[in-house]
Amino acid sequence: MSSKHVMKGMLAFYILIFFLYLFGPLLVMGVTAFNTPNYPQAYPFESFTLDWFVKLWNHRAMMEGLQNSFWIGIGVVAISVPVGLAASIMMNQIYHRARGLFYLVTVSPLLTPGVIIGISTVIFWKDVMGVTDVTKALFYKGIVLSILGQSSFVAAYCLLIIMARLTRFDRAQEEAALDLGASNPQVFWHILIPFLKPALLSASVIGFLSSFENYNTTTFAILADKTLVTVLAGEVRQGTTPVLSALAVIIIAISLLGAIIYELLKRREETKAAQIKENARLAERGEAV
Amino acid sequence: MSSRLFVFIVPFVVIALFWAMARYESKLAHDPNHKGYFERNGMTLGLIFIFLVALWTLFLVVLPYLYMVVESFHPRLPLPKRGGPEDYLTIAQYKSFFVSPSDNQWNTNHMGAFVFSLIASVAVTIFNLAFCYPLAYFMAQVGSVQKVRLLMLGLIVPYWVNEILRAFSMRLLLTSKGLINQLLMWTGLTDAPIDFLYNNTGLYLGLSYGYLLIMMFPLYNAIESLDKNQIEAARDLGAPWWKIHRDVVIPYAKPGIASGCTMVFMLAAGSLAAPQFLGGPNTLWFTSIVYDFFFQAFNWPRGSAYAFILLAACMVFVLGMLRLFKVKLGEAIR
Amino acid sequence: MSAGVDLEGVTVRFGNFTAVDNANLAIKGGEFFSFLGPSGCGKTTILRTVSGFLDPSAGRVKIGGQDMVGIGPNKRPTALIFQNLALFPLMTVADNIAYGLRVRGIDKKTRRKKAGELLDLIALPGQGDKLVSELSGGQKQRVAIARALAVEPKVLLLDEPLSALDLKLRQHMRNELRAIQQRVGITFIYITHDQGEALTMSDRIAVMSDGVIEQVADGKTVYDQPETSFVASFVGENNGFPGLVAKADATMAVVETAMGSLRGRNPKGLKDGDKAIVFVRPESLRMGKGKALEGFTAAVKNVAFEGNATHVFLQGPSKKNITVTIGRGQGGDIPAQGSMADVQFDPDLALILPEGKLARE
Repeated sequence: MSSKHVMKGMLAFYILIFFLYLFGPLLVMGVTAFNTPNYPQAYPFESFTLDWFVKLWNHRAMMEGLQNSFWIGIGVVAISVPVGLAASIMMNQIYHRARGLFYLVTVSPLLTPGVIIGISTVIFWKDVMGVTDVTKALFYKGIVLSILGQSSFVAAYCLLIIMARLTRFDRAQEEAALDLGASNPQVFWHILIPFLKPALLSASVIGFLSSFENYNTTTFAILADKTLVTVLAGEVRQGTTPVLSALAVIIIAISLLGAIIYELLKRREETKAAQIKENARLAERGEAV
Repeated sequence: MSSRLFVFIVPFVVIALFWAMARYESKLAHDPNHKGYFERNGMTLGLIFIFLVALWTLFLVVLPYLYMVVESFHPRLPLPKRGGPEDYLTIAQYKSFFVSPSDNQWNTNHMGAFVFSLIASVAVTIFNLAFCYPLAYFMAQVGSVQKVRLLMLGLIVPYWVNEILRAFSMRLLLTSKGLINQLLMWTGLTDAPIDFLYNNTGLYLGLSYGYLLIMMFPLYNAIESLDKNQIEAARDLGAPWWKIHRDVVIPYAKPGIASGCTMVFMLAAGSLAAPQFLGGPNTLWFTSIVYDFFFQAFNWPRGSAYAFILLAACMVFVLGMLRLFKVKLGEAIR
Repeated sequence: MSAGVDLEGVTVRFGNFTAVDNANLAIKGGEFFSFLGPSGCGKTTILRTVSGFLDPSAGRVKIGGQDMVGIGPNKRPTALIFQNLALFPLMTVADNIAYGLRVRGIDKKTRRKKAGELLDLIALPGQGDKLVSELSGGQKQRVAIARALAVEPKVLLLDEPLSALDLKLRQHMRNELRAIQQRVGITFIYITHDQGEALTMSDRIAVMSDGVIEQVADGKTVYDQPETSFVASFVGENNGFPGLVAKADATMAVVETAMGSLRGRNPKGLKDGDKAIVFVRPESLRMGKGKALEGFTAAVKNVAFEGNATHVFLQGPSKKNITVTIGRGQGGDIPAQGSMADVQFDPDLALILPEGKLARE
């Protein structure tokens, strides 16, 4: 019996250490955001201030980076979700021998170090777009290259997410719709897409977040422009004020909020599903009479 | 014709190949049940799908890689001289990895960095595996649903913070004026601040820290799908807890372990942020070398060659892992 | 508006396997036609070929006289009720029913009206805004039918629609389906492995086995005058006594079987020496010995009371199982288990058919 208590104690201690490791650095950084010294300092705590948050708001480079990151994210999702959708549909229908090769090619960006994707993107498109001066001026831009580079692996994420849902699709529904007179595009828009909606949504969200926080690939592809992440990297490299800590605090606050909202939504969905099940049960009983 | 232009023939070859395979396949089995691709999706949609996928696989994946590889076989030339007589295929860039071109000595710096990066990545992978395994097991099999959801949220929230900021926060802790040093000196364990960054501790901690969740998820998923009854049965038969893990849990969770290790290794080996911010002045990380070739030396061909060497090492490791764990590629991804 | 369906030499092959072998059939417009057979006999394949999801390897399918070659399932005047119903889970009941109209470009108002009418027809008035998952099994069944009827097909195809329902509901739905068909007047093609369904609902039945149509006739004919051994053994309960034909004339014959010489009708004109099987239904057998009737003796293995009838299970010398069914009001002695009993029958109720494949029991 006591060995069980020892095990339990060790388990609790282990979990404590784990989360200390995970949260510790962030907590410390959070504290520095409210501390006055110019260099991020947690201890000794000199005096409380919100100055760094104000300076964050006025930080031009970061705001510009934020904007770019946002638009790049939108662009990446706009490309990757349709491509991932098309690829998962094709993957589902292509015959077996080709499927293995197809899978390998499409999933390879996930196995490639981000730096290589970034490098190859820049080298390739520089020459392709440099073919004429017009294309070079229009397209050889950090934002465009970042979108292209990131899309290569974000599309792979989308492919996997959508495929997971697609394999559960009941083909009988497709046939039923055809039988009732629907054309193939109608089946696609009326039946398949609504079914895939949750997967499309989560692919978009994950795609956007992956793009937003990407560093390894973007740092090459962004050329002379900046994203929020590359600005951060620059700041860290050069030594910085607690403005970065302030940013971290905001991000943590947003993600906590997001987690809470997600939890609430999930609870609501569960009660709704239970209600529907109850209705069906009652209907079943009513019929047997 | 320039060897670079050669790469652009690839799309046509690939499309022709797929066309031939599709024709062959349709002749092979006249199965009335097997509706053709265009019959099932209609002409417009079918073509759109093919177009999108071709665009992605060819122009965003295959061609850039090929182009980079081709580039790595070229000498470094300023723009006007490209395509000219001095632009010929050469393995000089690859040679430079082994023999430094500046002094014709063994390039111990770069080779050393390469080996160091790989070994460090392996070490980080092993540490993460050992560190995450108990929690993954607890969450997957032991914990109650409430607790697990809470723990899950607790794991995910830190990872919403960007990896740069996380590396930064780790650095804050470890500097000579940082909290850890203050703590050590205050308790009297040390007299002078330890330079964690110089002795690479910071680097290891930072790398491990960055990829904890990457190891966690596949492990958790794999262990979670294990039927609790198997563990009960083993316990019932009298097996001690370590034997249960060795004989029941770990073999079952192999795909998850392989997946987690593969991803962590690849991310660690290819990592830029942690080495840049947490390494000491003497730390030479292979990926940083590649970065420098691009942004400091502007030597793209050499950077490409080194990048390809990194890619090759990662591929070898991944394949070795899969072989070691006897896991197929499809199972290891997610 | 309904149309007839013609199968002309339809053969469907999957690689080396022949699912349907040279089916020739003329289904009349407005009739309730069933395909009856065990699983794997090819009836689902025929249904999918008529609806357009499969192309025949040989032969033609004609609907309303028009050859359907090259016409896909969305262009044929047919509607299919799937075995698992395949209702659209993300749409409401009304949207499900009106879907066929929606893809034809009919405006929302008309669609709502039509959906309302059909909901009344299937006795689910006002339930249009519910989600499909909130309905019971029987209700979903009816929604599937309404959805198919909404597109006003000339032929309605039903793929074992009642197999997932429990007994009471099934019987209720049998009557409903028949009533709906008669009210709407279109051709119903119904496939099932349950003979009770086929017999009670259909105008005509096609009995199938291993891809071959063994017989096409109305229920009574299939039951009383089966053409082949398979039909005789598959439809209803039947006792088959194999043997060789001894004395054959124009209408009757005697067959030497393990139970002795048995006389019966000889509609196929079998000759002496032919291999044959004598079929006598359990309800045509009587206990006891009589002078004018055919009979044999066998050991009683078991007696089972089943409510409105009692079954006596006997076993002959060849270990063959014989069933006698005695109706509640019929009277007569029920023999004791383990005894030897006499069994008799009227030779006009016995049928002699050429030896052939029997239904798997």
